[in-house]
Amino acid sequence: MDTVVPEQEYLRPHKKFPSVWCPGCGIGIVMGAIIRAVRARQLAKDDIAMISGIGCAGRMPVYLDFNTMHTTHGRALAFATGLKLARPDMEIIVVMGDGDAMAIGGNHFIHAARRNIELTAIVVNNRIYGMTGGQVSPATPLGVRATTAPYGQIERPFDIARMAEAAGAAFVARSTTYHAIELDRFIARGMEKKGFAVVEVLTQCPVFWREPDQIGDPVAMLKWFRDNTTTDPDGVASGKILRGVIVDRELPGYVESYRTLMKTRRKRGGG
Amino acid sequence: MVEKRSGSTGPARRSAGARLMQGNVAIAEGAVAAGLRFFAAYPITPANEIASLLSRTLPRKGGVFIQMEDEIASLSAVIGASVGGLKAATATSGPGFSLMQENIGYAAAAEIPCVIINVQRAGPSTGRPGGPAQGDVMQARWGTHGDHPIIVLCPSTVREAYELVIHAFNLSEEYRTPVILLTDELLARMSETVELSLPEVRVVKRRRPEVPPEWYFPYDDARGDVPPLAAFGQGYRYHITGLFHDKAGFPTSRLDEIEEWHERLFRKIDGNVDKIARIEEVDTQDADTVIVTYGSTARSARHAMRRARESNKRVGLVRLVTLWPFHDAAIERIARSAKRIVVPEMNRGQILREVDRASRGRAEVVGVNRADGETIEPAQILSALEA
Repeated sequence: MDTVVPEQEYLRPHKKFPSVWCPGCGIGIVMGAIIRAVRARQLAKDDIAMISGIGCAGRMPVYLDFNTMHTTHGRALAFATGLKLARPDMEIIVVMGDGDAMAIGGNHFIHAARRNIELTAIVVNNRIYGMTGGQVSPATPLGVRATTAPYGQIERPFDIARMAEAAGAAFVARSTTYHAIELDRFIARGMEKKGFAVVEVLTQCPVFWREPDQIGDPVAMLKWFRDNTTTDPDGVASGKILRGVIVDRELPGYVESYRTLMKTRRKRGGG
Repeated sequence: MVEKRSGSTGPARRSAGARLMQGNVAIAEGAVAAGLRFFAAYPITPANEIASLLSRTLPRKGGVFIQMEDEIASLSAVIGASVGGLKAATATSGPGFSLMQENIGYAAAAEIPCVIINVQRAGPSTGRPGGPAQGDVMQARWGTHGDHPIIVLCPSTVREAYELVIHAFNLSEEYRTPVILLTDELLARMSETVELSLPEVRVVKRRRPEVPPEWYFPYDDARGDVPPLAAFGQGYRYHITGLFHDKAGFPTSRLDEIEEWHERLFRKIDGNVDKIARIEEVDTQDADTVIVTYGSTARSARHAMRRARESNKRVGLVRLVTLWPFHDAAIERIARSAKRIVVPEMNRGQILREVDRASRGRAEVVGVNRADGETIEPAQILSALEA
């Protein structure tokens, strides 16, 4: 097959496009970054599984020529846990939105991190529920208006990256769809990591994001990511969002620990 | 599949290979004999022994045991492991079974084999964790949203629990469907002498695709209603989703593709009721009253039937080994010959309605019910037989 762009090699050839995503959506940028990370690591498509939950980000696996499973809302990490234990040698990428990962799937998220299971979790964080029409999510900032917060959100949001860190993930990074090249690197590093790796990606929803100066304007949203994020931890004091590798530590992974357990038990024999 | 017997079977006789075995232990051992290699569960009474036993056994056999953060995660992991090619199961009781419903629907729609063991306890809600019940019969059939077929098996002895859990795995692989094994607190915790040197344990292996990957369609009916299932990581890259999907597994909104898939999904189970649905019949031929029973209640029902026969009442018994798909034809046949059908069950009347429906008004259908977490005793059934 003639490839127009290198990414095309990883896309499914038949009847999948145009995608379900709205014009100006950031999920395609995240998908491109995942493909480039996979290419950089020279992984065979047969050895990669992509598991997703429900929502706009959950539709990503349809387009990618891997072993793909679109699961139930919030449960992608739990499905992926079973698959990883059945197929420890596969590289498993889990794609979730912020509502999927942090609200309905919040429990699975912290427990996957606690187990430090060898999965790469990409949290596509548009800070609202896109597919259902722009409701507030656990990542919606204070004061932001949404379909179910017409007077502004009064709940404080989760800091997804710090949540992952506190729960025990071996690798945590945060980037945005504006910083696409940086994102490739973070995802590749996450996949290399032996343990639970979380890459949070701030992304734009030009259809439902209600900040007055950004409504319907994906470029304004990308510029906002440029101007309101920083790689300098000291910059956070001024209200900017921290980007970069937030955690990178050596911890035993669950699959590795389970393999050790199996070996010792089998040596001791018994049925 | 109807197994006819005359007279009632007594307790298993002791022999060289006999063991005193608890119901939950029989389920764990049967599952391993069936080829179980992945088990995920969350602690719940009265199913706990299954998990604790498998947490010892599976690592030694190269299998996986994992305690998940809840029952939703447990069934999710089970489905994921099955997609990875392992025979996988979970075990729970009422509250956990309620939490699993969405993923049961997912496994049915995506046609992923798995076994869900529900050790029933009295409910609704937290109910009576230590009391047996049969209140989840309808939930096992209709608990998830949307239309789908399901297979549900219900043992009434410890030995049968061992056999049926193997059968559950076999059916789940043969028909690419979740299979639910409904036991209850009584059967789970009682011990019986069991002879386990079964004639031969038939274990069904999953049918794998034989075509090259580019020809593989995981939801195609070209080679029968149950298409082969490739495990992830074996060179067949395909898509699985809970959305309505085409034969390749990709989401579709084309009505012809949706209809084709949905028809096949039902055809593969409901079109094979005679093969799937097992019942046991005892002395129904001359009976004017027939007890239709299932699960541990069948134990009391047998006793009541014997007593009634002793006083020259013409009472027969039908035991449903498979609850779903429901064996309409067998019940209708019974209703033609019997005047009265008595349905004892540890709920307020669930299978009763199915029996009534399948009887088409040909026999009087009467329930004997108890839903307080206590077993139905023979005397209660006997008084209904005498009424």
